[in-house]
Amino acid sequence: MVLLSTSDPSGIAYIQTMNLDGESNLKTRYARQETNKLVLDGTIFSGVITCEQPNRNIYEFTANLEIKGQRFPLSQSNIILRGCQLKNTESAIGIVVYAGQETKAMLNSAMSPAKRSRLETYMNRETLWLSVFLLIMCLVVAIGMGLWLNRHKSQLDTLPYYRKIYFEKKKFGKKYKYYGIPMETFFSFLSSIIVFQIMIPISLYITMELVRLGQSYFMIGDRHMYDSNSKSRFQCRSLNINEDLGQIRYVFSDKTGTLTENKMEFRKASVWGKHYGSTLSVDGSRDTNIGAEDVLEGRRKWKLKSEITPDFELLKLLHKDLSGEERIAAHEFFLTLAACNTVVPIPTQSPSSSDTDTTLGASYGIINYQGESPDEQALVSAASAYGYTLFERTSGHIVVDVNGEKLRLDVLGLHEFDSVRKRMSVVIRFPNDTVKVLVKGADTSMFSILKKDHPDDDHTKHATQSHLNEYSSEGLRTLVVASRDLTGEELVEWQCMYEDASTSLTDRSIKLRQTAALIECDLTLLGATAIEDKLQEGVPEAIESLRQAGIKVWVLTGDKQETAISIGLSCKLLTADMEQIIINGNSESECRKLLCDAKAKFCVKSANSSDQIAKWIKNTESDYLEIPLGTKLSSLQQQHAGQEEGASFGPLALIIDGNSLVYILEKDLESELFDLATSCRVVLCCRVAPLQKAGIVDLIKCRSDDMTLAIGDGANDVSMIQMADVGVGICGQEGRQAVMASDFAMGQFRFLKRLLLVHGHWNYQRIGYLVLYNFYRNAVFVLMLFWYILFTAFSTTSALTDWSSVFYSVLYTSLPTIVVGIMDKDLSHKTLLKYPKLYAAGHRQESYNMSLFWITMLDMLWQSLVLFYVPLFTYRNSSIDIWSMGSLWTIAVVILVNMHLAMDIQRWVFITHMSLWGSIIVTYGCMVVLDSIPVFPNYGTIFHLAKSPAYWLSILLIIVVGLLPRFVLKVLQQIFWPSDIQIAREAEILRKRRRFFGPKPDQISS
Amino acid sequence: MEIDEVSTSSANAAEIPSVPVRRGRSKAIYQFTQQNLPACKPVLTPTWVITIFFAVGTIFIPIGLFSLQVSQSVLEIVDRYDAECVPPSFRSNKLAYIKDSSIPKNCSRYLKVNKDMKAPIYIYYQLDNYYQNHRRYVKSRSDKQLLYGLKYNDTSTCSPEDATNGLPIVPCGLIAWSLFNDTYSFFRGTDALKVNRKNIAWESDRNHKFGKHVYPFNFQNGSLIGGAHLDPTIPLSDQEDLIVWMRTAALPSFRKLYGRIEEDLHANDILEVKLLNNYNTYSFGGRKKLVLSTSSWLGGHNNFIGIAYISIGSFFIFIALVFMLLHVKNPRPYGDTTNLSWTWKGISS
Repeated sequence: MVLLSTSDPSGIAYIQTMNLDGESNLKTRYARQETNKLVLDGTIFSGVITCEQPNRNIYEFTANLEIKGQRFPLSQSNIILRGCQLKNTESAIGIVVYAGQETKAMLNSAMSPAKRSRLETYMNRETLWLSVFLLIMCLVVAIGMGLWLNRHKSQLDTLPYYRKIYFEKKKFGKKYKYYGIPMETFFSFLSSIIVFQIMIPISLYITMELVRLGQSYFMIGDRHMYDSNSKSRFQCRSLNINEDLGQIRYVFSDKTGTLTENKMEFRKASVWGKHYGSTLSVDGSRDTNIGAEDVLEGRRKWKLKSEITPDFELLKLLHKDLSGEERIAAHEFFLTLAACNTVVPIPTQSPSSSDTDTTLGASYGIINYQGESPDEQALVSAASAYGYTLFERTSGHIVVDVNGEKLRLDVLGLHEFDSVRKRMSVVIRFPNDTVKVLVKGADTSMFSILKKDHPDDDHTKHATQSHLNEYSSEGLRTLVVASRDLTGEELVEWQCMYEDASTSLTDRSIKLRQTAALIECDLTLLGATAIEDKLQEGVPEAIESLRQAGIKVWVLTGDKQETAISIGLSCKLLTADMEQIIINGNSESECRKLLCDAKAKFCVKSANSSDQIAKWIKNTESDYLEIPLGTKLSSLQQQHAGQEEGASFGPLALIIDGNSLVYILEKDLESELFDLATSCRVVLCCRVAPLQKAGIVDLIKCRSDDMTLAIGDGANDVSMIQMADVGVGICGQEGRQAVMASDFAMGQFRFLKRLLLVHGHWNYQRIGYLVLYNFYRNAVFVLMLFWYILFTAFSTTSALTDWSSVFYSVLYTSLPTIVVGIMDKDLSHKTLLKYPKLYAAGHRQESYNMSLFWITMLDMLWQSLVLFYVPLFTYRNSSIDIWSMGSLWTIAVVILVNMHLAMDIQRWVFITHMSLWGSIIVTYGCMVVLDSIPVFPNYGTIFHLAKSPAYWLSILLIIVVGLLPRFVLKVLQQIFWPSDIQIAREAEILRKRRRFFGPKPDQISS
Repeated sequence: MEIDEVSTSSANAAEIPSVPVRRGRSKAIYQFTQQNLPACKPVLTPTWVITIFFAVGTIFIPIGLFSLQVSQSVLEIVDRYDAECVPPSFRSNKLAYIKDSSIPKNCSRYLKVNKDMKAPIYIYYQLDNYYQNHRRYVKSRSDKQLLYGLKYNDTSTCSPEDATNGLPIVPCGLIAWSLFNDTYSFFRGTDALKVNRKNIAWESDRNHKFGKHVYPFNFQNGSLIGGAHLDPTIPLSDQEDLIVWMRTAALPSFRKLYGRIEEDLHANDILEVKLLNNYNTYSFGGRKKLVLSTSSWLGGHNNFIGIAYISIGSFFIFIALVFMLLHVKNPRPYGDTTNLSWTWKGISS
């Protein structure tokens, strides 16, 4: 929407763009003066707006407005995008230029894709294999049937056990359920599909859903992931990607609200070369300052929303009389903090709605500071804490409450922050008619314009400089504050230029810059501030753990590059020994050049040639002495040398900004970026639009097999969250959109560590085993039926009763798998958190892969053969009937698969015991019930069987022989090729045991 | 294997001071939701592995030896008679012989008793290559009719042997229709041996499954006679041959109990078996055998269980020894975290 006019006479509208870029500060938008005037005058006018095609870029807009033959340029600062919130502005009138699907907000939102877990995709591949087995089995049965029928063709009429025709007079010669050999073959194929269909584990999908539900229950209930501040529990919003949490390779994180709390805090200050706030710790200062606060409280009428505990020393200084250089500097320092900004104070008179401090707020009004940058808000709040409360701001003047006295300052001019000057200044007239310029800005831009000649200042300058270095090394954001008195002539000159510049239509910003330069010189240094962009609790530790676990953490933020880097430093994402590659190009070719340079410099191999180089290196290493191959070798050596050099560079960090990403993601530079980014330890992307975030996630998702996780809290992270394999939302201050779009939601970033390392690992292990076990469980049953069918003239007879076949996967064996899938744990959470590298088991797909599938299938084959042949041999040449045999097989297969599960259970709790042994008992119970109904042909079978010792002996034999290969393999693997998990598990349990039995220094190993 | 005592409280309490020490039920629930229930976590230490193998081996071998001895003590005489009982003139066309009801089907077989056989001696007939487990065959019965007789009308499962001449058949179905009808009588010298043909079927079947007031009706009245006729005056619950036959066999080669000789047989006795070779297995190449066998608690003469148990037991002992050797020669320190893969990778590179 193009702004035409606002309720503010100057045509300013404050907006919050949280939903678009995640920044919660206020931004200013201007209506063109021309239109504003027209609208305010109430005249009716018409014009034409020519604007660019709808696009996704939320930081750019170019258009023209034509009124009465005059053309005005419109830019980013003249439009309000859909999704923005109007703040501190009563009304705004505008013309809609993009609507509906064409708004930038809509163009930036991606369709939420249906997510399916990686393991499930693999599982479907294996299900296809099972279908192939099924088909083969059915074909064998059908072909066998055809051949058998063919051989017995002449006998079929009277064959006592087939008899295909009627001999009754009425229907004599009529065929009974016989349609010729080809049709019979086909029918037998169909009927065998019906008998064997359980091979395709439909029930597995249901089981998995139930298991995930149980897992989610435990994740939600985890006390360690409960955020007591916001009283929010972990939320599982999606039920089908639990196991993906165990295989994450890339974490894409938003910064604001995710890594940081989105709260700026004024931490340290250096005033007149003196450092304050070093001893300032949040808890300690409160006690020592009680006296000072009492003094303050009497005078302070306004209660601040954010609580800052002032430094005692500094407070003392401020309570001295206004005399002495230092005291005046301190005064001006805080005045600058309070005045030199664009923060708007909003007094609210409803203290009960505020949750900060109701006891004090009850009697005082509360001032809410809203401003463009959270830094400024923090500074203003800090000034207020020291008694310099910004009270009122209009475009003409500001009112500052200095220790209870109201000070009205006329604002003569304001030079806003811009990225070239990197400073901001305000010209104010004091009530006593002195005029001052108050400046604050980045240290690099400030020191050059300070007053040079004064020897006293030199000392201050050095002290401040050293303080600044100290602050920034702690990851604090620093600003330098300075001031200057303006003489009358200077003021007049400046006023002229300022008038001229601020009303000029062309090159306004350049002219303003020149104006600013006029007065921003020969400044007196007052001091410096240090603001902490407060990280969330435990963020650096969490990132460190994730990194150890082999997870790459990428930060995608809408912030400025400098901010991003400083945050990267403070959360230990970037370290001092890292080589930083910074890419910020403004055109395709520039980006290409930067990328290529970086690649060349750090010898990043591109994906397709990496194999080749690896081979060369191998060759050079092995044949180094034997084959001196002239030119080729020299090039190889160069390669080799380059390689080593690359290794010596230390870890790389890539910092890239949104503008470059526009060119890179849309053009064919994607692969270059991918190569570079994947070889970097850390990637920081700044100034990225929501869809670019998704684009980066997509880049990794498309080009590698690795699992991605996106974590964010704002509406701007939604597309990224939806794009990633796993989306995690933080329930923060920035609304609910991210949570609504996410698969999991939690209160704090640090829970991510536990979510991935502990729950992800468990879920992955559990589901992986569950799937394999379910494949095995159903296949062994089907194969047992199959072997029998080969002994029944391919006639798809099942020795098992129909009920047993139905109950097998529903009742007899389902519960233990679910319980194990929910409750089994290989390692305790302590061990998993202690050794984050154990997470790599998920990266290596240790719990579920093709070879495990085939091993399971071989094991299944052996077990089914044992299941079938042991009873067959036991009851060879005996009078056993089909139902007794079926009963034996039923119970044998149920006990066998349950024992198989029992062998693999890592942690037995009473529920596991109950479900496992309970299942076997239930099976017996069902068989007793089924065999007690006289109209079933199997009547009385189990009672008859249970009397015979051969029955029990053959069951025991089946179990032992069936499980033998698996057990031996398991033991061999543990002895010779123990996995990391195995060792960690032993360590954990044996340590516990040793503690339990008293301290024993030696290893219990024999 | 290890019982993991509740040892989590101290560490957890330090981390989350907000969780008070809980008692009893709520503590159990807390442990449950935090997945911290007391648990048994088995570890396969070499001690356990070797113990398991030894234990199984030492249990299996005696069982195997005992079973083998028992099954060896079971004596068995098997005589195949389907081929020899056809008169020489019909040898080339057995089908014509068996179908012609005018030819007498008498046949005499002589069996030599090799060892003393204690009563009761079970008489079985064995049929080979007879798919009593064929799907069409197994389904071709009506259990409700067997229990309730003519009162139960729905005999569609019995087709094509559900009705003849418009009247239902009791018992219906292919199984009953193809009832075995060879008969045997035994003579030692000239004395007829008493054969007890009662109680050859399961008691449960006789008492509950086959109706006490259900009489054969319209049975074997069709143009194709499948097997034995039944006396329409005897209720199904007393037709034990039928009851035995209706418990269809699991495998294509099976035995069915015919009766019991309740006299001891002595070594070198010659038994004469006078049999009526009525049953037609010639049309599909089935074989018929007569089996005399004593019995044991393990069933008939079958060494499989014994041999299997002995061999598996010995294999377990062998594996136990191998593992012991491996463990002594090449012990792996269990639970040594310095063996974790990334640590040794770090050392090697």
